[in-house]
Amino acid sequence: MSRHRMKTVSYDDDFDDDGYDSPEPEEQEFLEQCTKEVLGQLRSGEPSVTATRDEVQEALWHYYNDVEKSVNYLRGKKAKEIQKKQTPPATAKPKVPAYPIPPPTTSPQIAHFSAAEFFRDSPWLNVPPHRKADILVEPLYPRMGLLGGAPESGGKVSKLAALAAARKKKEGEKTPAEATPAVATLSADKTPETPAAEAKPSPLSLRERLAANDKPRKPSNGISTLRSLGKGSPAPSPLKKSRPEPAKPEVPTEPGPEEPVENGQADHKEKEEPEVNIRAPPSGFASTIVGDSTRPMMTEPSHLHSNTADLIRIYGQDLTEPFDFAGPSPDDVVVNAQSSAKGFKSKQPAAKSAGDKKAQGDLAGGMGNLSVAEKVNVKSKNLDVLSEYKKSNRKKSANFVVIGHVDAGKSTLMGRLLADLKAVDQRTLEKYKREAEKIGKGSFALAWVLDQGTEERARGVTIDIATNKFETEKTAFTIVDAPGHRDFVPNMIAGASQADFAVLVIDSSTGKFESGLKGQTKEHALLVRSMGVQKIIVAVNKMDSVQWDKERFDEIEQQVSSFLTAAGFQPKNIAFVPCSGIQGDNITRRSEDPNVSWYTGRTLVDELETSERYSHALDKPLRMTIADVFRGSVQNPLSISGRVEAGSLQVGDELLTMPSGEKATIRSLEVDGDVSDWAVAGQNVVLNLANIDPVHLRSGDVICHSSSPIRNITSFTTKVLAFEHLMPSMVDIHRGRLHVPGRISKLVATLDKGSGAPVKKNPKIVAPGSVARIVVEMDQGVPLEAPTRVVLRAGGETVAAGLLE
Amino acid sequence: MRLIKNKVELNGSGTVTLCPEEPEDMWHAYNLIRPGDLLRASAIRKVTTTQDTGSTISSRVHLNLEIRVKNLDFDPQSSQLHVGGQIVNETPHTKIGQHHTLDLELNRNFTLEKEIGANGEGVGWDSIAVQMLKDAVDEGGNRRAEAVAVVMQEGIAHICFIGQFQTILKQKVEMSVPRKRMGGSEHDKGMSKFYQTTLDTLLRQLDFNTSITSMTSSEGVRPVLLASPGFVATSFQKYIQTVATNTPGLKRLLPSIVVVHSASGYLHSLSEVLQSPAVKTILADTKYARETKLMDDFLEQLRKETNKAPYGPREVESAVDQGAVGRGGGILIISNRLFRSQDVAERKRWVSLVDRVRDIEGGEVRVLSSDHESGTRLDGLGGIAALCTFPIPDEDFSDED
Repeated sequence: MSRHRMKTVSYDDDFDDDGYDSPEPEEQEFLEQCTKEVLGQLRSGEPSVTATRDEVQEALWHYYNDVEKSVNYLRGKKAKEIQKKQTPPATAKPKVPAYPIPPPTTSPQIAHFSAAEFFRDSPWLNVPPHRKADILVEPLYPRMGLLGGAPESGGKVSKLAALAAARKKKEGEKTPAEATPAVATLSADKTPETPAAEAKPSPLSLRERLAANDKPRKPSNGISTLRSLGKGSPAPSPLKKSRPEPAKPEVPTEPGPEEPVENGQADHKEKEEPEVNIRAPPSGFASTIVGDSTRPMMTEPSHLHSNTADLIRIYGQDLTEPFDFAGPSPDDVVVNAQSSAKGFKSKQPAAKSAGDKKAQGDLAGGMGNLSVAEKVNVKSKNLDVLSEYKKSNRKKSANFVVIGHVDAGKSTLMGRLLADLKAVDQRTLEKYKREAEKIGKGSFALAWVLDQGTEERARGVTIDIATNKFETEKTAFTIVDAPGHRDFVPNMIAGASQADFAVLVIDSSTGKFESGLKGQTKEHALLVRSMGVQKIIVAVNKMDSVQWDKERFDEIEQQVSSFLTAAGFQPKNIAFVPCSGIQGDNITRRSEDPNVSWYTGRTLVDELETSERYSHALDKPLRMTIADVFRGSVQNPLSISGRVEAGSLQVGDELLTMPSGEKATIRSLEVDGDVSDWAVAGQNVVLNLANIDPVHLRSGDVICHSSSPIRNITSFTTKVLAFEHLMPSMVDIHRGRLHVPGRISKLVATLDKGSGAPVKKNPKIVAPGSVARIVVEMDQGVPLEAPTRVVLRAGGETVAAGLLE
Repeated sequence: MRLIKNKVELNGSGTVTLCPEEPEDMWHAYNLIRPGDLLRASAIRKVTTTQDTGSTISSRVHLNLEIRVKNLDFDPQSSQLHVGGQIVNETPHTKIGQHHTLDLELNRNFTLEKEIGANGEGVGWDSIAVQMLKDAVDEGGNRRAEAVAVVMQEGIAHICFIGQFQTILKQKVEMSVPRKRMGGSEHDKGMSKFYQTTLDTLLRQLDFNTSITSMTSSEGVRPVLLASPGFVATSFQKYIQTVATNTPGLKRLLPSIVVVHSASGYLHSLSEVLQSPAVKTILADTKYARETKLMDDFLEQLRKETNKAPYGPREVESAVDQGAVGRGGGILIISNRLFRSQDVAERKRWVSLVDRVRDIEGGEVRVLSSDHESGTRLDGLGGIAALCTFPIPDEDFSDED
């Protein structure tokens, strides 16, 4: 930024601002006369002094054109200045009280001239006092004290004081020897009643300048002193000599040599005006770093502030933020008062400065936002989620899990379902087909709709659950495709925990059915039942491989239904559908194969649609098990997904994650892939979180509201149905995605299946198929609460499933 | 551990001087040293002396201190043993009765004295202590068999060292791996990052030198068992192979990797790992393999409900009383945790039970290390169990306790 240009600009501004009020010509002439007279008297008097025309006119104005008084005043002033110049900062003090200093400024500054006061509202408030002392390295001391006064004392004089401090500092830097005393006395500066020892010149001269300068210029302005202080209007050059020039090497625009010349040519206004305006505005750097909000709203940026700003703001105001920038700054108030008083004068500059302020305020705000602990504030709409939900009248929705032995054709069946219902487009299918054939697994193409993992595709086996959606006219379904392999039963448990009902896929081909029944067909069916699933649809798959043999179907139906009834499913909740996933018979369309004519029942989709509406615990406290933690997008760097198990939530809610106990805020959320403001139990949601570190979130953690948190427990009593022998031993505890190690520490009793009454206390071992009450302990705290269904596994087998008590 | 000097009297009192040579010896020392024993070892103590003028000078001095043991603190992960107690010998720098905590160090002798008081208040070198001492002092030097096991599942890996007497969980790697999603490759990315972290951690724990110069070094690599459900371990092995193509130093590791199946990624799945045929061939006749086998046998009996497998203190004592744990296959399985009891009477109870089974009943006694997987299983059953020669009636102990 060109300093020179700025200079000119400021001059112009100044001129506009302080422009003469075009006094009447007679007045002007009279003034001229008086001025000459005063100048002459000054020159001839003893000691001879020179004064600028401006000064003289100002003095005249003050004394109502009384020449004598003006001469006396000016002489006194000049004499003092000369004295000062000769004996640098030592003398010149006693005059201070003579100048109109607003009394209120003094006391608050004194009051605030302590570190404790200064840091009162700063973020590191709690630092013990003895520590604060460390912060107060000496050079900072005056700065802070002066600065600290600024916010409260109406800005005016404190600004001056701040300037003085800055100058003092520079002085001190120049002459380190003097620095300490100068610094020490600075506080005294501000109190007129204390005749400060020394170091006075700068504030004094400044005030003088202001007093002397402003008055003649604004004869009509009653509050000119105030105003000049606030604005830092330019001072006439002769007074400059009082300023310790050498102490300001960084203000090259005020050339020292010029001064004598000016002194000599006091009446050359034109000459001195540019000099007067050599006041650098704050550098772009300074204002960027520091923001301008605390600065008095000047119509013209003055060197006063440029001097103070760069030094002080950086250390003081903006970092400590002693006052919020919400209201107008005290300087603003003054400027506004001025502009209202003489609206025509400062309209333009005021507007300009307003814009200026806004921009800089933004900058300051932006800087604030960059702070380390950035907190995202999401406004909650405070919806009544339950009534919103009742109003919303959504389509009936249901989650179902697809279970069955490995290679029963679960994924393929679901792929076929999605393909036939046009939930997957044909092009994608063709692509899968090509790719599958390329690696010699053509028959897996349909399964690839759900098996998206590279490993899953390479091995042709589902590893993790996959969810997908499709809609019929009546219902929006969410498929949870579970893996069948025994090693991935934990994943299947996670899937089953999200399901309302289950589709059991059975491989009807010879031998496969039998091996499946011993394997995961049985385990899965028992698991979904013990996890609370009531309804099960049995899809007897691969019927094409047995030529749609009715006998085979009947045999399977008979065996499976007897097993399922034994597992606790009610016969009315069991349905059988013969189908072929690979060919698509009896899935969405009836089979045209003549061999299937014997089957007149519903297709799989029709069977799915018979599912009734499932009710969820909407009014219970929020519970949701995190199924996945992932990076959603650039806007949402941290997202979690899962199914809301109980309660409701909405955007802006503060959540508690357990077991970490960390808080997070919902930035936004999606229900079934659509952005929404709220979600209720039973819905599959993606929550985009803010204000939490991802390390605190793991799949299996539980989300709740801090108003009704779930507790972390290390031990629980549970009533279980034993699938295997139970004895005190190590087990894996599963609840949805939650998978933690634990141990059965005590077998409390075996219970009667019907009544639940204890049969035998402290059994040594619990036989498979019996119901028992056991105590399970865990090493770390786990968020579990009654009544939750848990599954206990050991050595790759499900040993028990039960309900927390 | 090397036995330097053995002066155990017939009555069971006496001193033993030992020199621990490897980290596991600290574990033995932890089992040998009991509260009330006298322990002499070198120590560094900060001594503060007050001058006549009142100023104080503190300096560190090397001392040989003898303390009466009050408590023991064993850190299995770093194999450090801190023994606290009161000083009983006088030195220029310490007074009798001052407290000191001795940090036993490798390759520094310590002397352990167990006394039997006039009234039999101490236990001295009882049969268990002598047996432990025998275990600790490895004469043949033939128990080098050690393995490193990485038990893992998606996002979790436990790296543990399997020693003769201890299974030390060295480090747990836990990472949040994004699940598979529609059209996202985050899962694969997450997994390879997980593999990378696990491999880095493993190499760090192994002190494995991957530089090219290490190719020529002849130092043996311990067997590394990778165990997981599903394909995680296989994929991890593949990952190591891929990395090894770029870092030839890693190739040395490849032959010693064995992939086995485990039911989950948690530490208690280690029993399945140790029972797998692939591992059995590598670590044929190690102590823990026998222990694991023993526990499996016991649980098998329990499962069959033959009433020949009592567990828990009362049940086992009652079985011993009935003479069921005797000649012809009776086995008393006891965890060494019970012998570490602070209570002298408690220890005496178990030692006498062991002595009785071994010497009077003629049964077999197996002391399982509580720091092994099998010992943990046994601890779950109360720390003591037995395989009986004949079924014993099921008694109801529910009234007590």
